[in-house]
Amino acid sequence: MLNDQDRIFTNLYGFEDWHLDGARKRGQWSGTKGFVDQGRDWIIEQLKGSGLRGRGGAGFPTGLKMSFMPKASDNGRAHYLVVNADESEPGTCKDREILRHDPQLLIEGCLIACRAMDAHHCYIYVRGEYITERLHLEQAVREAYEAKLIGKDNVHGWDFELGVHHGAGAYICGEETALLESLEGKKGMPRLKPPFPANMGLYGAPTTVNNVETIAVVPEILRRGANWFAGLGRPNNTGTKLFCISGHVERPCTVEEEMGITFRELVEKHCGGVRGGWDNLLAVIPGGSSVPLIPHWECDDLNMDFDTLREKRSGLGTAAVIVMDKSTDIIKAIARLSHFYKHESCGQCTPCREGTGWMWRVMERLVEGRADKREIDQLLDVTKRIEGHTICALGDAAAWPVQGLIRHFRPEIEKRIEGYQAAHPAPVPMAAE
Amino acid sequence: MAKLIIDGAEVEVPDHYTLLQACEAAGAEIPRFCFHERLSIAGNCRMCLVQVVGGPPKPVASCAMSVKDLRPGRDGTPPTINTKTEFVKTAREAVMEFLLINHPLDCPICDQGGECDLQDQAMAYGVSGSRFAENKRAVENKYIGPLVKTIMTRCIHCTRCVRFVTEVAGVPDLGSIGRGEDMEITTYLESAMGSELQGNVIDLCPVGALTSRPYAFQARPWELTKTETIDAMDAVGCNIRVDVRGREVMRVMPRLNEAVNEEWISDKSRFIWDGLKTQRLDRPYVRENGRLRAASWGEAFGAITERVKASKPEKMAALAGDLATTEEQYALKDLMHRLGVASVDCRQDGSPLDPSLGRATYLFNPTIAGIDSADAILLVGANPRWDAAVLNARIRKAWVHNRTKVGLVGERVDLTYPYQYIGAGPTSLSDLGSFREVLEKAERPMIVVGAAALSRPDAAAVLAAAATLAKDVGAVAEGWNGFGILHTAAARVGGLDVGCVPAKGGKPTAEILAASAAGELDVLFLLGADEIDTAALKAPFVVYIGSHGDRGAHAADVILPGAAYTEKSGTYVNLEGRPQEAVRAAFAPGEAREDWAILRALSAQLGAQLPYDSLAALNAAMVSAAPWLGEVDEVVPGDPAAIDRLAALGGSMDEAPFVNPLTTFHLTNPIARASKVMAECAKLIEERAAVKVAAE
Repeated sequence: MLNDQDRIFTNLYGFEDWHLDGARKRGQWSGTKGFVDQGRDWIIEQLKGSGLRGRGGAGFPTGLKMSFMPKASDNGRAHYLVVNADESEPGTCKDREILRHDPQLLIEGCLIACRAMDAHHCYIYVRGEYITERLHLEQAVREAYEAKLIGKDNVHGWDFELGVHHGAGAYICGEETALLESLEGKKGMPRLKPPFPANMGLYGAPTTVNNVETIAVVPEILRRGANWFAGLGRPNNTGTKLFCISGHVERPCTVEEEMGITFRELVEKHCGGVRGGWDNLLAVIPGGSSVPLIPHWECDDLNMDFDTLREKRSGLGTAAVIVMDKSTDIIKAIARLSHFYKHESCGQCTPCREGTGWMWRVMERLVEGRADKREIDQLLDVTKRIEGHTICALGDAAAWPVQGLIRHFRPEIEKRIEGYQAAHPAPVPMAAE
Repeated sequence: MAKLIIDGAEVEVPDHYTLLQACEAAGAEIPRFCFHERLSIAGNCRMCLVQVVGGPPKPVASCAMSVKDLRPGRDGTPPTINTKTEFVKTAREAVMEFLLINHPLDCPICDQGGECDLQDQAMAYGVSGSRFAENKRAVENKYIGPLVKTIMTRCIHCTRCVRFVTEVAGVPDLGSIGRGEDMEITTYLESAMGSELQGNVIDLCPVGALTSRPYAFQARPWELTKTETIDAMDAVGCNIRVDVRGREVMRVMPRLNEAVNEEWISDKSRFIWDGLKTQRLDRPYVRENGRLRAASWGEAFGAITERVKASKPEKMAALAGDLATTEEQYALKDLMHRLGVASVDCRQDGSPLDPSLGRATYLFNPTIAGIDSADAILLVGANPRWDAAVLNARIRKAWVHNRTKVGLVGERVDLTYPYQYIGAGPTSLSDLGSFREVLEKAERPMIVVGAAALSRPDAAAVLAAAATLAKDVGAVAEGWNGFGILHTAAARVGGLDVGCVPAKGGKPTAEILAASAAGELDVLFLLGADEIDTAALKAPFVVYIGSHGDRGAHAADVILPGAAYTEKSGTYVNLEGRPQEAVRAAFAPGEAREDWAILRALSAQLGAQLPYDSLAALNAAMVSAAPWLGEVDEVVPGDPAAIDRLAALGGSMDEAPFVNPLTTFHLTNPIARASKVMAECAKLIEERAAVKVAAE
């Protein structure tokens, strides 16, 4: 369990002042000029040493990602940092706490990250539904400008402009290239990769898109040292992480914890346990709606980190832990997720546009049991035909929950079908009808 | 060059190739829907998936992946691509299945049937059965104009149409709304598309979602006889294919010619064909007591002979129209000369273009393909969007790819690309302002003189001024002749090439018309000449040879029924000076005959028999008179020195602003005026112009 002194987000619950003064009291913006002055390579080395992995879902090493940015001297092109605050993954509610209650941490992180990639411009793309979050963030940006912490000729000696952009509420705009399209004022549809944003991103210029949490932890890593961060958690899965636990627990919450904490400890320490006791657990979706669920029989000592969950053929994703107890109609739950992906598919490429609707419709029938048992395998095959065939990862995200369901709960589906068939016997075919 | 191993064979391809191009270079067939050579890459249909060995364990869309993005293997082996493995086959089957689950299987009633990419590729790459047990999606049809019919349930969302309309046609009319499976292609307010090139989306649509409205349910592709010929609706000389069933032209499609029309044609070229069936002159007519009555060829010829014999050569004249082939104009000129008539003219627009100065003075010298490399273009009295819609798309392409700077002197019009507006009248030619520097700095500047400049009384002086400007800014240099005339008539360059202009002492068009109005003319021959003021033709005896009962026929005293451009073979020389062979696709109706044959028969009656009994012999005679016309499909460049001669003519220019003679895009010739579809389009544009948008 994480010690209080190791917490990065000291105002996660908004008990304290979120304005600049309050943030400064909590140690933010201290020593920032020193980090900026150390220069690009030092910052990237520190981040590499800390083992920080992207907090947006894919878990790509952050230092490495920043090092992909070309050197500013290469050409006259502007560089951009874009912060992805389009937090739309069902179950996820971590970035909003940072935006509302600790916005200065994010702004400070943006400045340092921009120094690390020779960028002078940063945009924060805030999810359309986040109103308070945007207002707080905008206010925080104003305060930072007024205090000359950011802007032209600021006290840190690195010219830095920051813009806050408000999205319109499409899930797909959280995909990094769709986000860039949306930021440019176009329809939020993912771009083809390559070219990757590090070469051709916002307005065709080198761009890095990072998650809010990733950027917000950067200043503290530099303040306390890469070794401190690397010492937390498990090998290759270092540091602290915000977990958002929702669903059938006594007290759903967002909490900062060490990476690799076991699922049981997480739920029992912070959430008052699973509703109806540990044995009442049915399954858990460990990383937001797009990762496959993990059934209760694999949950006993489940380490919540990238690599362990990958081995379990699931993923840490955004660490949005959705807990389901035995009262859950697991098929219906997944069918609802299928509807979500069908609704949020951008419609650009064929497998996702057509396949998400197909999956949802079959899932709806499976909820009733109005299907044939061979359709389970057929559905699995359809998910495999979507996965990996699309422009962006939304196709994968739509396929995985269904795959997880079929992998672990096939008997449940078959039972449902048998029940329906027993209640609705097939009509006896008659000749000459 | 990059080395690749494709299906086991090593190939070397240029670095800028995509995987799809590389695979095709290696002989592998890659299915595709959204990819099109002339449009931006969308990568959304996912049909072109291939396997890149050693890359991520998922198939790669070959249309969107560049060869230079591939990494060689660790041991230095070139990147390996498979297009025929089970992995690729499954991926294609998967995409095909997804495309088909919501596609209605209404092929029997679909106009695309038989030439449908989806049909063909489903046969080649799909599976025979369907596993989809749900209800199919149905999409409401959209009205997007009188030319393109939509059956949107069939749409596979490849967005080719959207990309064409945005990128090539340059109008913001078509887009997609909605998300996911609710995505729909529409003009949003269901208004008609406002492009002159919109018909091309019919060819681009890989399925039956966008089909030709006039052609709907008319024919199946396999019943049509296809004839490759040349379009006569404008001077671009688009390469077309005319599809005929029996005697009827059923549709017109573009053919590929990189140097001329790439693969686009204008809506006038494509949808004109219903005009070929109405208002046709299918038998000779003779005017008796003020009324035209049907007559036999003999009677008609008799009436003409009588009047010609009674007249004198000075009191006779002939005009050739916009749709005549070069052979016909040569034969007309030949016949008139044999009769001693000097007043022959093919320039019914009244332009002063003079073949005696040299070919370079009336050609579009930079050539159409040359537009691609031009870096500054000055348009003088031209509206290329209407005068030559396909050529305008080429200028737009130059602007899109090279940011070619365009300046305009003349009427302010929407050209689909931004331009610098310099002024309304000829005075602006001597004071181009900042655009003069643009032209001077350009490596390949172009000066294009259009119809509005050519059809005014001071046109000769305007031409000379434009030629002087071209010389001064370096548009006429070694290896580059940037001076061009933007003709609007398919016949014109051919007519000028064979010298179908007044001989010594002859009258040009304007004087012929003046003389006939003054009653000084006895006999006037009109070879399909309709774009003249026919009110002036009351006095003379008018012989009209043509295909349609239009203005010229109304003024005629004898009508000799001719053939329309799809019904005769011959040579059309396009504005660049490129002779191209038109081929007869159908027969002319009733007793109508090919125009050259009419002239030949008439010549015998008039006692001035033309010495050619076949079109081939006529063509040979024409080529011996103008040898460059023998170089079919090739441009024989004009001698740039001619432009000096043109510039030297000088003259004083009027201050009146240029006025585009075309007041409509769609109704510019007798066939178009007989077409219901063209009338509908013209009406729509008129209505749209009349409606004032609120708050304007």
